[in-house]
Amino acid sequence: MNKKNIIKAVPDLSNTGIIFRKELSSYFNSAVAYVVIVVFLAIIGWFYVNSIFLVNIASLRMMFELVPLVFLFVVPAITMRLLAEEKKAGTIELLTTKPLHDWEIVMGKFFSAWVLIGLALVPTLIYYITVAFLGDIDNGPVIGGYLGLMLTAGVYVAVGLLASSITENQIIAFIVGLLLMLALFLMDKTLIFLPDFASSIVEYIGIDYHYSSISRGVIDSRDIIYFLSVIGFSLYLTVVSLERRKW
Amino acid sequence: MAITVRNLTKYYDTAKAVNDISFDVKTGEILGFLGPNGAGKTTTMKIITCYMPPTSGKVEVEGFDIAEHSFEVRKKIGYLPEMNPLYLDMNVMEYLNYSARLHGLKDSLLKSRLKEMIDVCGIAPVRHKDIGELSKGFRQRVGLAQAMIHDPEVLILDEPTSGLDPNQIVEIRNLIRQLGRAKTVVLSTHILSEVQATCDHVIIINDGAIAADGTLEQLQQDFRGSEKITLELKTPSGSSVNAMTDIYPKFKEISHVESVEYGGQEGDTHKFSIHTIKGSDIREEIFRRAVAEKWILLEMSRKATSLEEVFRKLTTAE
Repeated sequence: MNKKNIIKAVPDLSNTGIIFRKELSSYFNSAVAYVVIVVFLAIIGWFYVNSIFLVNIASLRMMFELVPLVFLFVVPAITMRLLAEEKKAGTIELLTTKPLHDWEIVMGKFFSAWVLIGLALVPTLIYYITVAFLGDIDNGPVIGGYLGLMLTAGVYVAVGLLASSITENQIIAFIVGLLLMLALFLMDKTLIFLPDFASSIVEYIGIDYHYSSISRGVIDSRDIIYFLSVIGFSLYLTVVSLERRKW
Repeated sequence: MAITVRNLTKYYDTAKAVNDISFDVKTGEILGFLGPNGAGKTTTMKIITCYMPPTSGKVEVEGFDIAEHSFEVRKKIGYLPEMNPLYLDMNVMEYLNYSARLHGLKDSLLKSRLKEMIDVCGIAPVRHKDIGELSKGFRQRVGLAQAMIHDPEVLILDEPTSGLDPNQIVEIRNLIRQLGRAKTVVLSTHILSEVQATCDHVIIINDGAIAADGTLEQLQQDFRGSEKITLELKTPSGSSVNAMTDIYPKFKEISHVESVEYGGQEGDTHKFSIHTIKGSDIREEIFRRAVAEKWILLEMSRKATSLEEVFRKLTTAE
């Protein structure tokens, strides 16, 4: 295989990259990014710093329990505009008549919101440094915790993007996104009401089961597969939803 | 042919938006797509630009089928959708840069196209402003610059002058005419004067079907059938002339006259409008008859049916 063919075999992500850059910079232009980062740090900082000296254990466990809750409100606020705004303004018509695939649009937007969450998590490393300085910290759960957070964020962003694709109203996109995320988040809280055969399925679908095992530091490929497949499925539905204009 | 459309039909659920239309657009011409709101202009444009597929029918742009070679078609088309959607939070340069990159332009080509578009569309003074701050006229220019950034063969403009003030309309029309010299342009409008001012070729569309297709001159010629003569005449005072029985038949029997309408009377003055067949001029004959009958002609004028009337005739439900 010559060099040209090898390059062709790699999927061309340049369009995804262009959309990704545009979306990410518009988060920063519109100050959404700063608001998200500040809100995120403030909430986590307040609850976390308040409790760490009470618990008196050098661990980030409290933080890793808190952040997914904060995600529930922050992520739909980030994702609600991604497609709903384009549909409302009509710019979706310009975007979808350019020579690019619908999935490239969806991927670009997905990564922009996901990376924004990632950037918002970076300053929380301060807490890690502080705790590591104060006591002897077990790094396994920290690595697993951050990985779990990123994967959870990925699922929420994908679901939020799907919610944004079904409407041109950002408020509806926010609420639908929040409800979908809540459903995934609360699913395994319903287990006690379910018969045995259903409970293991529902437990597997729920996000908490996988998140809690990863954030204990147990990185199991089955959990990773769960997160990636929920992300993939949501993005697929988003592409289908975008293509609804063609029906 | 730049664009060929054959038997295009589009249903939205069960509502028929476009019904079996066919037409051609020649390379280099400016086609005006004229019709009342809801006639199917926008739907047809959305199909040509690959935004959505037709229910049935075939469209080719520069020889590429919209279904089979969608990407080739999209590369060849510059599109300005209805209402000129823009990202209001982006600045002009960023936006044009973004559009250009999505069309695959890079590096020096990208830079030179950006520069050219800013010059041609006259947006240099606002190029570092946010689009949200611009006036409608400038926004329209940005929309046009965006549509042309990749130097497409075909420009599709959906109501490019709607919502502009009269000065801006003139400016945008001039810009379109200037751009149209090197490109094939399809523009839609529900304003007749727009077509008269800019287009070589007109397609009138109504209720999803083509009502007329041709050059402006052809259309005017074809509908010259109802050339109209309006006249006002006075009968000698004291005489008991009845308009319907005495005057009406005298005009009706003149050759080339299609119909005579009686417009009412005021004392001894009677008004008529006479519709004649294409190209005939019967004013002399009318004059001679009036003299023979001792009627005094107060006013007589001939008017070719304007396209406005053609338009109304074509698009009002009969």
